[in-house]
Amino acid sequence: MSDSTPHSAEVPATGPAVGQDEWVARHDERRRARSGWLGLVEGRLRTVPWWAWLALFLGAMCLLPVVESSGYVRRVGFDTVLYMLLALGLNIVVGWGGLLDLGYVALYGVGAYMYAFLASDQFGVHLPTLVAVPVVVIVGAVVGLLLGLPSRRLTGDYLAIVTLFFLQLFQTLTTNGDSAFGHDITGGPNGILNVDPFHLFGHDLAVQHAGVFAVSYFYVALGVFAVVYVALRFVNLSRTGRAWRALREDPLAAETMGMPVNWLKLLSFSFGAAVAALTGTLFAALNSSVFPLTFYFTLLITIYVMVILGGSGSQPGVVAGALIIGPLLEILRDPGKSRWVFFLALLAGLALAFRLSRQLGAIVAATAAFGFAVHAIAGAIDSSWVAGEHAAGFAGAFAHWVVVPAHLAGWLPPVSYVGLIAAALGTTLLHGRLRLVALVPTLYLAAFVWENVMLDDPDATRYIVLGVVLIALMIVRPNGLLGERRVEIV
Amino acid sequence: MDTFIQLTIDALTLGSVYALIALGYTLVYGVLKLLNFAHGDVFMVGSFIGFGVLQLLGGSSDPIVPIWALITLVTLAAMVGCAALGVVIERFAYRPLRDAPRIAPLISALGVSFFLANSMQLLFGAAPRNYDTFALANGALYLRGFDIGDVRVPLLRIITVGAAFVLMILLWLLVNRTRTGKAMRATSFDREAAAMMGIDIDRVIVFTFVLGSALAGAAGVMFALRVPTQASIGFVAGLKGFTAAVIGGIGSIPGAMAGGLILGFAESYTQGYVSTKWSDLVVFSILIAFMIFRPQGLFGRADIRKV
Repeated sequence: MSDSTPHSAEVPATGPAVGQDEWVARHDERRRARSGWLGLVEGRLRTVPWWAWLALFLGAMCLLPVVESSGYVRRVGFDTVLYMLLALGLNIVVGWGGLLDLGYVALYGVGAYMYAFLASDQFGVHLPTLVAVPVVVIVGAVVGLLLGLPSRRLTGDYLAIVTLFFLQLFQTLTTNGDSAFGHDITGGPNGILNVDPFHLFGHDLAVQHAGVFAVSYFYVALGVFAVVYVALRFVNLSRTGRAWRALREDPLAAETMGMPVNWLKLLSFSFGAAVAALTGTLFAALNSSVFPLTFYFTLLITIYVMVILGGSGSQPGVVAGALIIGPLLEILRDPGKSRWVFFLALLAGLALAFRLSRQLGAIVAATAAFGFAVHAIAGAIDSSWVAGEHAAGFAGAFAHWVVVPAHLAGWLPPVSYVGLIAAALGTTLLHGRLRLVALVPTLYLAAFVWENVMLDDPDATRYIVLGVVLIALMIVRPNGLLGERRVEIV
Repeated sequence: MDTFIQLTIDALTLGSVYALIALGYTLVYGVLKLLNFAHGDVFMVGSFIGFGVLQLLGGSSDPIVPIWALITLVTLAAMVGCAALGVVIERFAYRPLRDAPRIAPLISALGVSFFLANSMQLLFGAAPRNYDTFALANGALYLRGFDIGDVRVPLLRIITVGAAFVLMILLWLLVNRTRTGKAMRATSFDREAAAMMGIDIDRVIVFTFVLGSALAGAAGVMFALRVPTQASIGFVAGLKGFTAAVIGGIGSIPGAMAGGLILGFAESYTQGYVSTKWSDLVVFSILIAFMIFRPQGLFGRADIRKV
C-alpha cells in the first residue's frame, strides 16, 4: 500500500508540476531524504504499486488462521478486521472531509440493529443476506445524510455537537425501545438475540466450527475489507475526493472555487455512515446479537485513536492504526502480557526521544540503579513494604527492582497516581540536564504505579492508555505514523 | 398542583446545576473558540473531591465541623481542586495546540475527557458515592424549610439554588465590572487585537479556565448533594451543560443561565408528566429546534464571518 494521497506519490521527480504547490512546499523534505543504501531501498520500495502492497497485506492476513489454530486469536483477528473497516469509514469524514463526527459509532449501531431487524425473529423477517446487507448500507447512508442536515448551515463545532447528541439519542432509543408506545422494537438493554448468520451461496456461515471460532467470517470480513479499501481509494482519487481535501484545507476557498461545500460535507458523512453500517452487519451476524452499550463513547474513542495514530487522511495509515490498537487492547487485558507491552513501550518512547545515544543508556542504567536502591532501602526499613506478590509473569531481578507492598494503604493509589501525572507533566517543562535527572524517578514511579495500581483494573487501564495516546499524539505528532504532515501554504 | 410545585423546585435545582456547567463551556468558548469536551469530567472530578473532603471532615453522620462550615468547605475544596485541574488541562492539552487546525484541540479534549473518566474509575471504582445528605444534622436539611401549599421546600434546595445564583451574579460582576473581566471580553472579541493592546492573552485564558472549572466544581458538589455521584456521570452532564450553553447562545453569560434553567424545566416536567425514559429525547429536540431556527441561541449574536 503506497501513500494514498495521489499527488505526492505521482509527481515525477524531474520538475515541479503546474499547480502542485505541495511539491514546492515539500522541496526541503525531499532534499533531506536518506542517501546511501538505505535511501536506495527506500526509493525502490516507493516504486512498488499500491495494489501490490494491498495484495501482500491481504495475503499475510489470510495466513493468520492457517498458522494460528486458537479460536481466541482468530476472533481477535476478526475484530481487528472490523476495526480496520471502521477506521477506513471514519477516515472519510475526519481524514478527508476534516469534519469531527462524534456520532460515528451510532451509525455502526444503526447498521447492526438494521441487520438484526431484517434478519431475526424480532419482527419475524428473514431477508436473504445478499438483500439485507445492501438495504442496511443504503439505510446507513441515508441516516448519515440526515444526520448532517441540521448543521448544514453551521460551522464545524455545531456539527460535533449534533453528532455527539445523535450518539446519545441512539443510546436512548435503543435502551428504551423495548416499550415504545407499548411495542417492543429494539429489545431494550437486553438487545436483540438470535440474529441470523450470513447465508451466502447456499450455505449458512457458522460462527463455531467444532467448538472453535470458524474462519469463514474472518475471510468474508477480509473480502469486504479489500472491496471497501479499493473502492474508497478510487473515491479518493475522484473529483469528489479532491473536493473533500480542498474542503478540509480551507472551506472558504473551496466555496469560492464553486464547490458545493454543504453537499460535500453531507456526502462525506454519508459515505462514512455507509461503511459503518456495512461493518455493523458483519458484527451483528457474527455475534448473532446486538446490545445498545456496544456502540458508545468507548468504541468511539478507540476508533479515533486508531485513525489519529495511523495518520488521518492516509488509508494505509488508518489500517495500520487499527492493526496496532485492536490487538493491543486485547493484550492489555492480560496483566502478565500487558507488563511487557508497558515496559517495551517505555523503552521505545525513550529510544524515540533520545535516539540511540549515550543519554539513553545513562537513563536506563540510572533508572535500574535507582530502582534497586529504592527497593533495598524500603526493604531495610520494613520488610512488608516489599513483600507483595508480583502478578504472574516476572521474577528474578525484577522482583528486587520494583517495590510492591504486601498491603497497599488506601491513600497510596490516588497519591502515587496523581504524583505520577504531576511528575510526568512536570518533566516536560524542564530542559537540559535537569530533565534527564527528573526523568529517572518519574520512570520508576511509572513502574510502581503500573505494578501496584493499574494492573489491578485492566479495563480502566486500557482506556487510560488510549486517552493518553490520543492527547500525546495530537500534541507530538498530529499526522500519526503514516499520515501526511499538513503543508501550510500561505 | 402539588406535583407541579415539586417538579418546579426540582427543575430549579437541576437547572442551576446545568447553568453552572454551561457557564464553563460558554466562558471557554468565548475566549478560545474551543468546545471543551473535558468540562463534564471536570465537573465529575469536582463531585469526587467534595466527597473526599466530606470523608476527611468526618462524613455526613459525624462531622467534626458545624454543618454550614462543612458545606462551605466541601464546595470550596471542589472549586479550588477543579480550578487547578482546569489550569493543568489548559497548559498541557490545549495550549500546545492553540495554533493547530481547529479539529486538533477538539480531539485532544476528547482524550482528556476519556482519560479523566477512566482515571477516576481506576482509582475509586465504578460504584456510586453517596454524600448521604440526609444524615447531616438528623435530616435538618430536608425537614426544615418553608411550605408552599402542602409542599415542603427543603432547606437544601434553597441553599443549592441560592448558592448557584450568588455564583452567577459574582461571575457576571467579575466579567462586566472589573479590569480582568474587560480583558476577557476583549480577548473574546478579537484575540490578536487584544494582544496588541498589551493584554496578556495566556493569563486571560488561564484565568478563564480557572473560573469555568471552579464553577464546574461547585456544580459537581451541588449535583452530588442531590443524587449519588459516580465516575461515568461526566459525559451526560457535560452534554447537558453544553446544550444549555447552545440554547442560551454560546459565548453569552446570561444565555448560559437561561439555557440551564430552560433545560432543567424541560427535563423535570418531562420526567414528571411524561416518562423518565424519554427526557433525553426532549432535550435533544429542543437543541435541534434551536439549531435550525435560531442557531445563535437566545442571547447570542448572529455570527458574522469576516474574511
